[in-house]
Amino acid sequence: MRRVAIASMAQSSGGESRDSLMDFTFRVAKEALDKAGMTRDEVGCIMIGSSDIFHSGLSCSNSFDWDGTGAFLKEGSRAEESIFAFIYACMRIMSGQFDTVLVTSLVKGSENPDNDACTSFFADPFYLRPVGMNETTAAAMQMREYMWRYSITEEQCAKVVEKNLGNALYNPYAHIKKKVTIDDVLSSPTISDPLKVLECAPKSDGVVSVLLASEEKVGELTNRPVWLKGYGCSIDHFYPGDRDLLDGELKTAAAAAYKMAGITDPKKEIDVAEICEPYAFQELLWCEQLGLCGEGEGGTLIDSGVTRMNGTLPVNPSGGVLAMNPYVSRGLYRIVEAALQIRGRAGEHQVDKDVKTALAHGTQGFAGQCHSVVILEG
Amino acid sequence: MAKEEPREFKAEVVVPYELAVGRTWTTFYDTLKEEKILGTKCRKCGRVFVPPRTFCPRCFEEMDEWVEVAQEGVVETWALINMPFYGQQLEIPFVSAQIRLDGSDTGFTHRIGGFDLKDFETVRTRVKLGSRVRTVWSKEKKGGILDIDYFEPVK
Repeated sequence: MRRVAIASMAQSSGGESRDSLMDFTFRVAKEALDKAGMTRDEVGCIMIGSSDIFHSGLSCSNSFDWDGTGAFLKEGSRAEESIFAFIYACMRIMSGQFDTVLVTSLVKGSENPDNDACTSFFADPFYLRPVGMNETTAAAMQMREYMWRYSITEEQCAKVVEKNLGNALYNPYAHIKKKVTIDDVLSSPTISDPLKVLECAPKSDGVVSVLLASEEKVGELTNRPVWLKGYGCSIDHFYPGDRDLLDGELKTAAAAAYKMAGITDPKKEIDVAEICEPYAFQELLWCEQLGLCGEGEGGTLIDSGVTRMNGTLPVNPSGGVLAMNPYVSRGLYRIVEAALQIRGRAGEHQVDKDVKTALAHGTQGFAGQCHSVVILEG
Repeated sequence: MAKEEPREFKAEVVVPYELAVGRTWTTFYDTLKEEKILGTKCRKCGRVFVPPRTFCPRCFEEMDEWVEVAQEGVVETWALINMPFYGQQLEIPFVSAQIRLDGSDTGFTHRIGGFDLKDFETVRTRVKLGSRVRTVWSKEKKGGILDIDYFEPVK
């Protein structure tokens, strides 16, 4: 299989944009092309990460998204989860079918109803929706089980918010710019006990584009390629009651990505990780399942300081999803942030250490029904 | 040219759907009206699913063996929901829970109630992981999941 590299990237900031969704999309997609000195006509194929009615108010949204992403009159396709879109794009280069693919994911959270007005429609109308299931409810139940099974404390969960929002102060693209203390988090209103409001991600605008190229082509486009080393994804059963909420499919996704990348000891081999944590405690749980610490050790991991910006294994130096949650595109943002760290071009939130290998993770669904993991290397 | 703020349009999508419940859940909801909770059992792995399923999602085999399960069970996990959002169908606060009914092998998602839910601390003393709850039926049955009104803590 052919090697794939990221040639260029562009991202919008998370605050409310006054552009229409189509114009907003165009600006970011165009920036990614301009950075690589490429025109739309020269790109082989376009891949879109976008979601239908509930996240854009438009049915069959890919027909609308075709223009802003530059996909018109070209071969292209769309996935609802942006890391899936990235993986499908990589496959098109690996297979030899195309030399370049532009992946763009888009959402304007500021235009939509509340996150959970949308996520309650993930639930089926016969059973889960009438009994109040949505993403926050599922996460709150997962958090209680996590704290109970492994004696994780509310302070340890709150510490994730203090860390990530602290990091976001240095990220010009982050949506939430607010220094918070652990006490601020613990005393913020409880919206879904045990979850406090500051432990839940906001809803953000966010368009992000990544131009991928084959090994043969990438040299013409950048002198700082970031290589795809591995990927994996896995999706669990739909009903939360059918699953162990603390032992989902992230381990499977990670194992596939590590195998492809030749990683045997992720704790030592991963230099920085961008993890999708729409709810604070999930960063700790996902770190365990990614093998960045042992089972049940997510609490001691955050206490140790290892995952801070200046630690030995920084997690979410960008501020993560707690600081910026463009729902559909949040996974592809993790990939861009991981790639910026490898390039040494993350700016004020560049970590202190050398970054050779970085991990990006995305999740969607109730209590992490689906997970994807991408390993990048400089 | 005068500076003008870009405008916004309000858009609301209201469209009716008619979704098939399927035979298995039709049977399940019909028997809830008779105050019975049915599950289906996989002949291959032996798991009992509540609500019942037409096929075992792990073995990927059809399930045709019906079993009645207990109206009491154990709380696997729970959350106290106090979050208003557009379209919230239930009155807040309410306790959302996964309940493993005796004789079943899955978490049954429903709510716990029957006492004052205003104070977090009180709720935390009444509902715990591993504590037992039992079914409280709605007086009026509509052939839906809320024919079970809620589960109440067993003293």
